[in-house]
Amino acid sequence: MGGITPTLFLDMGLLAMLVVVAMAVVRLRSLFAIVMLQGVYSLLSAAWFVSLDAVDVAFTEAAVGAGISTVLMLGAMLLTEREAKPVPLQKQLGPLFVVCIVGLAMFYAVGDMPAFGDALSPANSYVGADYIAATKNEIILPNVVTAVLASYRSFDTFGEVVVVYMAGLGILLLLGLNGNAGKWRAKPNGQNVGDKKGEQS
Amino acid sequence: MEQALHYLNVGTAMFLLVGMALLLGRLLSGPTLYDRILAVNSFGTKTVLFLCVFSLIIGRQDGVDIGILYALMNFIATIAVLKFFRYSALDVSMNYKRGNRGGRDRS
Repeated sequence: MGGITPTLFLDMGLLAMLVVVAMAVVRLRSLFAIVMLQGVYSLLSAAWFVSLDAVDVAFTEAAVGAGISTVLMLGAMLLTEREAKPVPLQKQLGPLFVVCIVGLAMFYAVGDMPAFGDALSPANSYVGADYIAATKNEIILPNVVTAVLASYRSFDTFGEVVVVYMAGLGILLLLGLNGNAGKWRAKPNGQNVGDKKGEQS
Repeated sequence: MEQALHYLNVGTAMFLLVGMALLLGRLLSGPTLYDRILAVNSFGTKTVLFLCVFSLIIGRQDGVDIGILYALMNFIATIAVLKFFRYSALDVSMNYKRGNRGGRDRS
């Protein structure tokens, strides 16, 4: 471990672009450009996850971040303006204060984090060691994370899948991606209710 | 030979990163929306290539799988964005014709 490897430079390039994209998301006013940039952010972060050997996280990020959330954000944009209104400076001071405090707390916590790939870190010491030792014999999968998610905790994962599916379905219905955005109608007792333009019949 | 190939891969990845940075500039400054759509699309392609090269560098084949998934996702996202701008809705079928607008899809 340690030392300057070529992948370190690649990681640094990816992280620098992540910072640029994040700043642009904050600064830009065009909502469409922000949606596009969020897709780019998720592409970049998934590439970074691959370089950190977290391949299944990258897979999830690719499927959710680049695919579903872009479409969802576009569906949400159908209901709003195309441009964000600028926020006055006085209203930005409070959030800036909170962000500074939280950022300082996080920098303070960095010192307690184990090094990347540390074999003695808490995550690798107790139950993790058992999983790593037993997976090879009990479940014939090369990836321990996949074995834990799909086999040891498969009922848990199944429940999560159901919950995420329900949440996605609910969001789809709320956003009206079936073309009813902003113009839902109902006909109790033969009367039109809830037509946005007030058209009768 | 092995070493030379490794350095070739690393160099390719570096140049892909440079290309990604250039596309990022176009994405941020793009005057029209279509510049941005094009930039995002080619950015996705660059990411797919980067993942493939990177999986060669670290010697794991998983990156190629993610690259394939990315290519598919990129396509879906581009189609969704373009449909959004053509019809302001996402549920229109691909051969939908809407009066005079655009005019090109009137057969």
